[in-house]
Amino acid sequence: MIEQNLILVLVMLPFLGAVITATLPVNAHNAAAWISGLVLAAGLALMAVFHAPVAEGRILRGVVQWVPALQLNLSFRMDGFSWLFVTLVLAIGVLVVIYARYYLLKTDPVPRFYSFLMAFTGAMLGMLLSGNILLLVVFWELTSVVSFLLIGYWYQGQAARDGARMALIVTAIGGLCLMVAMLILGQIVGSNDLDRVLGSGDLIRAHPLYPLVLALFLIGAFTKSAQFPFHFWLPGAMAAPTPVSAFLHSATMVKAGVFLLIRFSPALGGTEAWFYAVTGTGMATLILGAVIALFRHDLKGLLAYSTISHLGLITALAGIGSKGAILAAIFHIVNHAVFKASLFMAAGIIDHETGTRDMRRLSGLMRLIPLTGTLAIVAAAAMAGVPMLNGFISKEMFFAEAVDWHNGTWLDNSLPYLATFASIFAVAYSLRFIATVFFGPPPVDLPKEPHEPTPWLRRPVEALVLICLVVGMMPGTTLGPVLNQAARAVLGPDTPHFDIAVWHGFNLPLQMSLVALLMGALLYLVFARQIAAGPEGPPLLHRIRAQRIYERLLLALSWRLPRLLHQRIGTEKLQPQLRILVLLALTFAAAVLWRQLAYATEPLANPLSPAFALMWLVGAACALGAAWQAKYHRFAALVLLGGAGLMTCLTFAWFSAPDLAVTQLLVEIVTTVLLLLGLRWLPKRREEIAEDQMLSARLRRLRDFVIAAAAGLGIALVSYAVMTRPLIPNIGDWFLRNAYKEGGGTNVVNVILVDFRAFDTFGEITVLAVVGLTVYALLRRFRPATESTNQPEQQRGEAAAALQDYLTVPGVILRWMFPAMIVVSAYFFMRGHDLPGGGFSAGVTLAIAFLVQYLGSNVRWVEARLTVLPIRWMGFGLLIAGATGLGAGLFGYPFLTAHARYVDLPLIGQVPAATAMLFDLGVYALVVGATVLMLIAIAHQSLRSARLRDQDTPEAESKEAA
Amino acid sequence: MSASFVLSLAFGYAQLALALAACFAAWRVLRGPRAQDRVLGLDTLYVTAMLLFIVTGMRVGTPFFFEAAMVIGVLGFVATLALAKFLIRGEVIE
Repeated sequence: MIEQNLILVLVMLPFLGAVITATLPVNAHNAAAWISGLVLAAGLALMAVFHAPVAEGRILRGVVQWVPALQLNLSFRMDGFSWLFVTLVLAIGVLVVIYARYYLLKTDPVPRFYSFLMAFTGAMLGMLLSGNILLLVVFWELTSVVSFLLIGYWYQGQAARDGARMALIVTAIGGLCLMVAMLILGQIVGSNDLDRVLGSGDLIRAHPLYPLVLALFLIGAFTKSAQFPFHFWLPGAMAAPTPVSAFLHSATMVKAGVFLLIRFSPALGGTEAWFYAVTGTGMATLILGAVIALFRHDLKGLLAYSTISHLGLITALAGIGSKGAILAAIFHIVNHAVFKASLFMAAGIIDHETGTRDMRRLSGLMRLIPLTGTLAIVAAAAMAGVPMLNGFISKEMFFAEAVDWHNGTWLDNSLPYLATFASIFAVAYSLRFIATVFFGPPPVDLPKEPHEPTPWLRRPVEALVLICLVVGMMPGTTLGPVLNQAARAVLGPDTPHFDIAVWHGFNLPLQMSLVALLMGALLYLVFARQIAAGPEGPPLLHRIRAQRIYERLLLALSWRLPRLLHQRIGTEKLQPQLRILVLLALTFAAAVLWRQLAYATEPLANPLSPAFALMWLVGAACALGAAWQAKYHRFAALVLLGGAGLMTCLTFAWFSAPDLAVTQLLVEIVTTVLLLLGLRWLPKRREEIAEDQMLSARLRRLRDFVIAAAAGLGIALVSYAVMTRPLIPNIGDWFLRNAYKEGGGTNVVNVILVDFRAFDTFGEITVLAVVGLTVYALLRRFRPATESTNQPEQQRGEAAAALQDYLTVPGVILRWMFPAMIVVSAYFFMRGHDLPGGGFSAGVTLAIAFLVQYLGSNVRWVEARLTVLPIRWMGFGLLIAGATGLGAGLFGYPFLTAHARYVDLPLIGQVPAATAMLFDLGVYALVVGATVLMLIAIAHQSLRSARLRDQDTPEAESKEAA
Repeated sequence: MSASFVLSLAFGYAQLALALAACFAAWRVLRGPRAQDRVLGLDTLYVTAMLLFIVTGMRVGTPFFFEAAMVIGVLGFVATLALAKFLIRGEVIE
């Protein structure tokens, strides 16, 4: 039990550290470093506690329920393999924190750096320890995001921003592929639990979706581990501060891909497809990385390609998949992390001390910084695979695996040659690093005069190089037990114990090593001058760069294609947009309903009422007229629209929907005023448009007419078919039966809105509030078209002055109407639960009451006397509605459960009281607030533009005078 | 000739007459010629619709048409007022 909680503590600890460091002041260098270091050290202490149980072969678990319905739990597990990896991350992390403390400048905002670093550690630990494959993807993506933030730490630089974006795009796309792969895996296995997935290898491999899963999974792993052809983001990521390069982009994060390959090799591996894809990619990356690394002039660029190459080596081992290969892969993960982190740190020191990373300018540094030089030389020798160093041993194991017979395919047979070939280049680039930087003539005109750095900047390098030496000489006693333990965790308990020794006799792998060392040295010595004079990349190959292809692709996808699409189908004009919309609707409706639209054999019908038939005629005429006039006679169209709307309300009432009729009438009135308010700001109609009479315009109009008529007739047909259909039992019957029994109201519409479907209503009023606020925010910066900024024509001239108080009588009447309207509003609200009415219609009524006051006088007059605070109304409404919903929780019911009962009031008698009424009060207040807010926001435009006119006029006059 | 028959005859006639009135009002709305004519036509249309609500409610014998009529009675003029003000002043709220 205690171990369970400790695992959770282990994962949460770095995140806690991230939060704490993020809150530190900007210049708290020491505090941030101490906190980060201590957090990581505490993690290491926990790992020491876990060592004993893990060494026994037990799997430790810690589970917290998260989203059980999705089988997504915060479940963590630790076995030998993840123990080794987590320890590696934490140990390198501690060293990187020490290094970063002395590496970062006084002016850098360090809390951000350390908090990202902590967050990364947390994400990495979460990824390594996830016991649930979906959780694993979550942490996986989190590492990509934090890596993006860390590469972009010095976001002032273009390279940092580009590198960060490229890394994020590539790794996040891989992460998405991985997520899909994991989802399919979860479906195949029937569980998202990692242990069950790992145990169902046969099931997965036999499944028809296996190739798809494998492809997506490998894209995920390869992008993260910078495998060819996704390798190009890693050199770009070198724009990050060196501690980040050392930590994320060589030692830990890029190993996540190979971690995943090794982890899932029991489930996905062992097939021919796996061998070809993984080993093939790994070998290609190994060779390509090694060759390119030799030709890079930038120190970190060389190390980056070398990292890519070594990751390829580990990938190739994971692809081979034999027991020895897996062990060698794990071993090489550790070794590479150790020597590459120290090399990056050394490169950082050189950059720090000399001010350049260009190897063509560096030389003879051994005399100036002998200690750092020695350390770097040892680490580089480990990278090259020189005997008695750790890199040599895992490389020997790789050679041994390459030589071994596995499946006899051409790839398997050519492995030894390919491995030796890559190794030659590895030796050559390591030699180039040592020879150019540390030997040769003293450097000339460096940006800075180099001397040994502060000892603490060197301590982490010293520690890592010491590990290189110790592991290189005594591999069996130092790392042997934990490596075997890790391999057993991956391959199963019956894995034999491997002895890791320095000396295996003068066998084939050793001969390959010696060949590589000799040939590599020869290669460098012969071509040293040409390489230094050549371009940044291998001859011929440097022209074909994956990064260039990526940039082309990105440009095409994110710049050209959207613009092309926008040019082709996008438009800022309303008519084409509507045309596309209507056409789409028409197409889909036709596709769905083609030959499916059946008319009832005995259509439902009311007896013909001549009066209503005439009214519909009026409505139809108004609607057609509105469409006819819409383009050039907006005002006439608006009036006609009012007529059509009125007839719709009449129809609702006639078809026994009085509730709807009332609401629609109110909305109709508000809409008319709203459109009129907007009409003021639309530019005036131009009198004659010559093109309007041309044939093309006529044809266009004809086409639009056909589309509009087809859509309108289609809707009419569908409505007719639906409305004449005989009634079938549906959910409406349930509502009708239960409205009173369950909701305590006889107005079924209202009970549905505030009780049965209250959650929907809650969502809708929230949307209404958002819309109201958005309209308000947009109108605050509204700039009308120039032709409509002037005072309206009607307000200029002498006639206008004579009509100054034309509204005196109506204004007084309107003021008297105000209380009457409030009463109507209250009436609608109070009876809403049982009879037509309700919060919405009552709210709109009150909004109209306010609006009428604005209409009757002017904004200044009203606002001097009547203060409406629409935003508070809205806030109050939302809070009341939400609180009513939460109130149900106090009595142990789900959110928004309503309660209805009758209350005895003195004098009045029995009064129905439902909590739904309170909810309705929220709806009421919100509707009032939102409607008034929008109307007033537009109304205030007149005031604003009048003020702007006043400001402009004196300025213009003074300009003219000048 | 019973009272109810007379009543239903009267209601039927009233409905038809109101509908015809609505037709004439709509003609004004459609034809114009001036914007003011259209606004007056719409106002007449509103009043006619209100009366039709009441008459229909009496004929069918339900109280449910009353609310709609009341809304037109109390608030129906707001649309007309706004339209009229737009014509006189060029903007609705100043």
